[in-house]
Amino acid sequence: MGEGLEQLSHVSDRAGVGAGMIPRWVAPCVVVAFAFVMYASGGFVGDYASRVMLDTGIMMIAAVSLTIVNGFTGQFSIGHAAFMAIGGYVSGWLTYYGLLATLGRTTDLGAEHGWLLLPAAIIGGLAAAGAGWLVGLPSLRLRGDYLAIVTLGFGEILRVLLQQTDRQRFSSQEMSEVGLLGLIVPPDVGGASGFESIPKLTNLAWVYLMVGAVILFAIRLKYSSYGRAMLAIREDEIAAESMGVNVTRMKVRAFMFAAFFAGVAGTLYAHQPGTLLRPADAGYARSFDIVIMVVMGGLGSISGATLAAIVVSLLNVGLLELADYGAMKWRMPIFALLLILIMIFRPQGLFGLREIWDFFRSRDRTGGGR
Amino acid sequence: MADFLQTLLNAVTIGSLLALVALGYTMVYGILKLINFAHSDVVVLGAWTSVTLAVVLLPRLGVGLEAGSIPPVWAGVLVLVLAMMICGGVGFLIERLAYKPIRKAPRLNALITAIGVSLLLQNVGQLQYTIIDNQSLETSGLMQERGTDARTIRLAQAIELEEGTQYAIRLYRIADIVRATEAIGHPEAEAWKRYVTERSALPSLGTLSDTRLRLSPRTIVPEVSGRFEAGSDIGIAQPIGRSETRDAVFELYAISPHPPLKLPFGAMPQRIPELLPQKTLVQHDFTTEIAQADGSVVRIEKPLRITLLDIVIVGTAVILMLLLELLVYRTKVGRAMRALSYNMETAQLMGIPVNRIVSLTFVIGAMLAAAAGFLYALKYTQIQQPAHTTWVLLGLKAFVAAVVGGIGNLRGAVVGGFLIAFIEQFGAYLGQQAGWQNSSAYTDVFAFVLLIIVLLVRPAGLFGSAVREKV
Repeated sequence: MGEGLEQLSHVSDRAGVGAGMIPRWVAPCVVVAFAFVMYASGGFVGDYASRVMLDTGIMMIAAVSLTIVNGFTGQFSIGHAAFMAIGGYVSGWLTYYGLLATLGRTTDLGAEHGWLLLPAAIIGGLAAAGAGWLVGLPSLRLRGDYLAIVTLGFGEILRVLLQQTDRQRFSSQEMSEVGLLGLIVPPDVGGASGFESIPKLTNLAWVYLMVGAVILFAIRLKYSSYGRAMLAIREDEIAAESMGVNVTRMKVRAFMFAAFFAGVAGTLYAHQPGTLLRPADAGYARSFDIVIMVVMGGLGSISGATLAAIVVSLLNVGLLELADYGAMKWRMPIFALLLILIMIFRPQGLFGLREIWDFFRSRDRTGGGR
Repeated sequence: MADFLQTLLNAVTIGSLLALVALGYTMVYGILKLINFAHSDVVVLGAWTSVTLAVVLLPRLGVGLEAGSIPPVWAGVLVLVLAMMICGGVGFLIERLAYKPIRKAPRLNALITAIGVSLLLQNVGQLQYTIIDNQSLETSGLMQERGTDARTIRLAQAIELEEGTQYAIRLYRIADIVRATEAIGHPEAEAWKRYVTERSALPSLGTLSDTRLRLSPRTIVPEVSGRFEAGSDIGIAQPIGRSETRDAVFELYAISPHPPLKLPFGAMPQRIPELLPQKTLVQHDFTTEIAQADGSVVRIEKPLRITLLDIVIVGTAVILMLLLELLVYRTKVGRAMRALSYNMETAQLMGIPVNRIVSLTFVIGAMLAAAAGFLYALKYTQIQQPAHTTWVLLGLKAFVAAVVGGIGNLRGAVVGGFLIAFIEQFGAYLGQQAGWQNSSAYTDVFAFVLLIIVLLVRPAGLFGSAVREKV
């Protein structure tokens, strides 16, 4: 992986100046995100546009979090949607039954309940991280492609299990009849027909706050000693181990970090207005969507994944606009073909390991880097 | 007892299908160290090609179960061979276009490419083009009797109605046409609006015959046959309700007796025509006596049936596996394959044409997949659209079978296929016996639990040899 090694040395160059540089590139990120939120919540955007921006934001979180596993650590997980589903179902269960028990309703909530999304997201993220630990453990013994199959299988198993869950309870009276244990074992989350009327707490401000958080976390991680250990594992596991990197622990951590933010994305998705959380959300179709973004953006590039999420979302919107001419059915063929062509002609993706700011600064730092 | 034997029978048939698919995975992995994600989609392609061939070919060849026609079994063989050839060709193209350029790339890239190919096949398979339509547009016209139930339609052009041919009309409400053409900015929108306001000449329906504008298709049997001039009225067998005829135009179609040919596959489930007589070869009734609480005894008779279909599935699978065994272990080409899987570079130095052998491996794997798809379509008759989860799970389970048997090992793949099928079927069966009501819903879970256990305990699989990674 000559290209990768060259890029890695490039990254360590960057890392040397990393600490001093943070304010210079984090500030614009935060400002842009904040401005976006202000603009969005100021009522200038219509329902459709804000819905597109919500979807984009959630996909950005998912894509950046998958970058930690697939990009930094070089482990190929294709079951990321399963972690999203876990986060969504766990936090949805909590907010839905919690509000049903206390308020007696889950719709028509005032703005004063908006804060509930934060603890929900944290709990959803932690639940997903727990699942990430579970999946990460056996995967230690597996090489790349076996791991891919295990993660894919994990998503499919979760989908089957979610389909077998109990039907949803719709009133606090029904809840007290079943009891708390009855609500948990097996969880009353609607089975194959989906988990309805989860309180609609997600809004643009929350989503882009989380986007900012995950991007900031990923950037800090990438240039930290953890991140460099992960990149070392990606390049050569045996060499990394001989350099004193605890490969096992690093891989599991990468899995848990990624799963945590996937759980956050899942929470946002579950509480988004106009979505119905279904077992199919854990399946491979959604996982592949995320994988496509990460690969397109460049395995290991945070800004690449973010940009790819935006591009993919905009492409979706564009195709939706052309839906009258039967454009939607071309969506997946186009993405699939793109994936193959990228692998053949630009295997490192749009940015490779680089970040968008490297393109502006690398010349003076590394002496004529691209 | 009957349940037990039936489970056994199911396990054997499903196992032989899984083994066929697993062989394809294991052959490609053995040589290229690549999980060919697209392999399960070739199975789908095989199933759908078989269905399409059977649906389109059989009526045109005069094949049927009636006396005097070609027995469908031979047509079945023809369909199988054609499907295998087509899928073999697709397998060749996949390898040449997608996998060959990245053969030297890191394995992760190869894996991503394989996923891309799989997604491409799945989703291209859902696009639908009509190659041969069974409906041809004859004429169009304006529905006449406004305000009453219509019993006649007035023709815009002269046509020849043939006796024995079926005709159908599609009705379009003009108000709907105007609204829909305006909404999508269709170039004909102005002409239609003018028609509504000024009653100028009726614009042609032309490209408007779009599903979104359709009101209701109706099958009509013309009461007369022969030639009709433009402007003449012809009677229809079923009167059309007044609400539908008010300000509506129609299109008259002739429907051919042959079914349409649509490619690649389609987005809707489809049934395969009967290629085998439904014959039960062995039937044995088992009687179970269940003592009730009040002392009476209830007898339940459960039959065990071994059908011709079961025998054909297992027989075909076994024959193909034996042929593969012969090819790989008894021929020169087979020796070349084994040499490649051992060490590609050395094999190349020994004068083995690497590209040709790799292509051949893909072609053979795809042909086996096509056969599995054909047998799958025979067994389950109703086959699902290409991206359906049943297909994904079939592919995953076959891959699990290959891993459990030791990936790269042909005999291991066969054993793995049967093992997975047995664990699935008997897991569900034993669960049922133990009072677990919907244990059959968890069959997919059993397969993956087995995979994880095998990977943890014996990562090289049951028959694989552990390869230590060298520094």
